Amino acid sequence: MSNVLASLRGLTVTYGSAEGAHVALHGLDLDIFRGERLALIGESGSGKSTLALALGGLLPQEARIAGRIGWPGLAAPPRAGRDIGFVFQDAGASLNPVIPVGRQIAEVARLHLGLTRHEASERARALLARVRIPDPNRALAAYPHQLSGGQRQRVAIAAAIAGAPSLLIADEATSALDTIVQAEIVALLDELVRAGGMTLVFITHDIALASGFADRIAVLCQALLVEAGPAAALLGAPGEAYTARLLASHIGLDTPPLIAEKQP
Amino acid sequence: MSAPLLAVQGLGKTYRSGGREVKGLDDVSLSVAAGETLGLVGPSGSGKSTLARVVMRLIEPDCGAIAFGGENLGALNGKALRAMRKRIQMVFQDASAAFNPRASVADVLADPLRIHGLASRAGRQRRIAQLLESVGLSENLAARPVHAVSGGQRQRVAIARALATGPQMIVLDEAVSALDVTVRGQILDLLVRLQRERGLAYLFVSHDLAVVRAVSHRIAIMDRGRIVETGPAATVVAGPQSPTGRALVAAIPRLHKEARPNA
Repeated sequence: MSNVLASLRGLTVTYGSAEGAHVALHGLDLDIFRGERLALIGESGSGKSTLALALGGLLPQEARIAGRIGWPGLAAPPRAGRDIGFVFQDAGASLNPVIPVGRQIAEVARLHLGLTRHEASERARALLARVRIPDPNRALAAYPHQLSGGQRQRVAIAAAIAGAPSLLIADEATSALDTIVQAEIVALLDELVRAGGMTLVFITHDIALASGFADRIAVLCQALLVEAGPAAALLGAPGEAYTARLLASHIGLDTPPLIAEKQP
Repeated sequence: MSAPLLAVQGLGKTYRSGGREVKGLDDVSLSVAAGETLGLVGPSGSGKSTLARVVMRLIEPDCGAIAFGGENLGALNGKALRAMRKRIQMVFQDASAAFNPRASVADVLADPLRIHGLASRAGRQRRIAQLLESVGLSENLAARPVHAVSGGQRQRVAIARALATGPQMIVLDEAVSALDVTVRGQILDLLVRLQRERGLAYLFVSHDLAVVRAVSHRIAIMDRGRIVETGPAATVVAGPQSPTGRALVAAIPRLHKEARPNA
């Protein structure tokens, strides 16, 4: 099978019609390689989330799609939830508030893997342990609101991988978390995709976060693909002014302070 | 050293949640000098936003004292508290939630002028134009609905509204956290310039230690309702003494530019 999992050619996504039309993605050409960790970087309105939805076939009805998404790396077109797992920014909104989290994870496994209720429940327990929820037995019966934001995101990840997808898409999955929990979740995602041989598409506005573990980076700006390439090389020597601007906007611990340090 | 502009002492606040008691603030003391930025950093739920709101008297503490400009802010009520609110203002993370969605930019800026009797009806328009200019916005924006301007522009309007009363201090609660990175830099530059020009003090609340480091003279680190570490910004970042401080420093994503060994 091809080492290209997904091949996007001339992908254009438009919302609305006539004068109100908004082009969210314009003529995007991009290959996603099997087993790679690809970071999609961009600011608001860059089209990065639209790209994620397009990959998963989750675009809203009113979206008009031109161009092509091919899956040379798959025998059949992918099904969202089974072949593609999603993790979104707000796990609180992804999870059903009135169903225990264990049942929500088990449901994915039952639906996509054809497991019995008991097998699915066992799988949910194993997945909760795998995403390092403390006391998985107890967590099975917990409702989302009883968990912290970081734990909810772990549950959402467990549900996303419950169908054993080959592609995991994380859309700003750590943006609502504090930096300490963010680092834990990124480490978890990294470990899960390595262990499971999954392909990861990691969507973020944080270029430094992406640089820490992505193999390749694709930069998007206002519906266009600016450039794509191996992470370290692209950041070491950006080919486009916009990428350089993103890098210059990054604030790290070694960024010179904006103030005179002398205390008033 | 002269008396600090803001001094809080022994603040405590306990929340009750499902029969359990959660310490939102536990014996918190800190001070901010005139013209100084104190960065307040901590994980989610550490109490930093609670502290910001207690300083603003939006939440009443269970115990402790708040002094501002030598006055007992904690004891003020009614007219005296309103007068004090001119001197200490706040900017929130999400300006679109902080504003009346149907208001125009001019309406948003006119409110504090009217409430505090700061400009005559005739002088208001000119004052609004001045405020917009001071945050780098065009006067032409005044008639636009606040929900129709960009996120960065909206946060500039929020800063202009805070400036309207001529404060000595602004409490910034995750004020740049929701902005795109290229916009974030511009807003930080604006805040630094305003501080330099007007001698403003900032209480800069954020979960992002790197951003806090860039704009703060001193940093206080909070965890579970307590301040676990305070010091000059450079010192705290270079050698954090508390476990929380060390965890925050370790968690800041580093920009990896060099070739990484293949896994």
